[in-house]
Amino acid sequence: MSLATTQVATRGAVAVRSVDKSYGNQQVLHEVDLDVAEGEVLVIIGPSGSGKSTLLRTINHLDKVDRGTISLDGELIGYKVRNGKLHERRESEILAQRTEVGMVFQNFNLFGHLTALQNIIEAPIYARKIPKAKALARAKELLARVGLADKAGAYPRQLSGGQQQRVAIARALALDPKVVLFDEPTSALDPELVTEVLEVIKDLAKSGTTLIIVTHEIGFARDVADRIIFMDSGRVVEQGTPNELLTNPQHERTKSFLSKVIEPAFNI
Amino acid sequence: MPPATNITTPRAVQEPATELLKEHIAAERGHDAAPNYADYAVVAARHPWRWVGTAIVAALAAAVLYSLLTNPRWEWGVVAQWFTAESILRGLGQTLKLTLISGSLGFVLGFILALMRLSSSPLFSSVSWTFSWIFRSTPLLVQLLLWYNLGYLYESIRLGVPFTSITFAEFQTTSLISQFAAAVLGLTLNQAAYSAEIIRGGILSVDQGQIEAATALGIPRWRRSTKIVLPQAMRAILPTAFNEIIGLVKGTSIVYVLAYSELFYTVQVIYNRTQQVLPMLLVATIWYIVITSVLSVAQYYIERHYSRGALRTLPPTPLQQLSAFFSTHATTKINSSKGQP
Repeated sequence: MSLATTQVATRGAVAVRSVDKSYGNQQVLHEVDLDVAEGEVLVIIGPSGSGKSTLLRTINHLDKVDRGTISLDGELIGYKVRNGKLHERRESEILAQRTEVGMVFQNFNLFGHLTALQNIIEAPIYARKIPKAKALARAKELLARVGLADKAGAYPRQLSGGQQQRVAIARALALDPKVVLFDEPTSALDPELVTEVLEVIKDLAKSGTTLIIVTHEIGFARDVADRIIFMDSGRVVEQGTPNELLTNPQHERTKSFLSKVIEPAFNI
Repeated sequence: MPPATNITTPRAVQEPATELLKEHIAAERGHDAAPNYADYAVVAARHPWRWVGTAIVAALAAAVLYSLLTNPRWEWGVVAQWFTAESILRGLGQTLKLTLISGSLGFVLGFILALMRLSSSPLFSSVSWTFSWIFRSTPLLVQLLLWYNLGYLYESIRLGVPFTSITFAEFQTTSLISQFAAAVLGLTLNQAAYSAEIIRGGILSVDQGQIEAATALGIPRWRRSTKIVLPQAMRAILPTAFNEIIGLVKGTSIVYVLAYSELFYTVQVIYNRTQQVLPMLLVATIWYIVITSVLSVAQYYIERHYSRGALRTLPPTPLQQLSAFFSTHATTKINSSKGQP
């Protein structure tokens, strides 16, 4: 399961500029500013409802921002600048932009009526127009990389949660995205299945793809992150290297959150 | 740490596990262990009331069958004589044609209406809602008569630029709307209104995460709807959809009001002439039962097809069950013959 060999080029710098987002009259993101460098592994932690998932969803335009901008390698997501105005992009352009950003969901969201292999080739063929033979070869390679070469013909319900999430990761990688977003990828898994998924992500982190990971696995965050940010009530409260943020948090809110999350038993 | 014992022992005595103690423990456990029932035969529970129920149902079924076969007024001879008569078969063909055309057009239109209703455009969704509202609120009979008499309302139908005198083509409405066209129009539009709601229900039953994942992967909207959502919605759609299609098979009989010679109208024409009302109705009924039976078998296999991935393993088909039954019985025969050389 070595991912490090294939991808060397670093790309996928994300810039979030004063983003506001509300659902109804509840504001979930307040003036969020964030820069993610090419190839950086950023972990977002914070209590439920702090806006972590929403921030991820705005990065691939699943949710539209109310104010502010998000750009990927300098290109605005969802908008085009012309004559000093932001023009909303057409749907086909937005779809093309989304193929640059892979997303892995908490509940896997594999297509239940398609086999593992069919799940992986769907987007390359129909979103990227890659020839089927090429997409198939690449999909098999990806399945092997996540350790599931023998499960190509299995339907999602025939796989364990951990296997499903690994297929979902392979599906996200099939588009060769510049950035991969992970929305609590292990929260729906039995504790003993968490490791196999985290191993795949760790391997991916070495490959030079930009990763943005929302997680509650603090030990994993410490291992894998270049930088951790702590969010609360729709704001970025504090950020730093794993060592700075986890062992020496400055902010009171961060301290109280970490004291609840890092129990001695889990502090490996 | 104490040495591990290979038999599970009560916690309290686990510490000094010498050989002697182990023996003692084993003896103790043997003494009050549960008795072994491995050699006992199992007797199935009795269900006496099931037998009573079976007897009552069997008696009722026998009575119905007896009266069907022995009452001379059913005139089975007449039924047999007309069952495959050419006029009846032609009528049957028309019934099947109407069902097939109105059914498929109705469901395709229904799918588009369902997508419109679920779209974020308020125009699309209200047009779709209004369509369903109108066609579900008016009797099918009235719709059919209205389409057939369209020529009374609009003498001719003109293709051209609206509000100008530019005309590309002009048709007499009466020549355009035949009985067949009126029947197809009426049945299709009515069917579309109902199937739109069935399909919408099916689409709503698919987990939102599926659409989100497809969107995040950049899969185009039409493919998302037809290849990701619809196949998964099918499981919820199919049972009700087959209800509708079976209803439509028999519902086509309503176009007799247009004097369109489908199965039911043909039968009516014949019994008006021969006065053999009941046997002729029986002929039509049996054909409707045959069509419905074929559809029910088709339903089973189509539902099975769409349950791929939804079930961990597909249940065997009746044919597979049958062949499994015979093969296991064949093998037991072989085994038993091997047992007695």
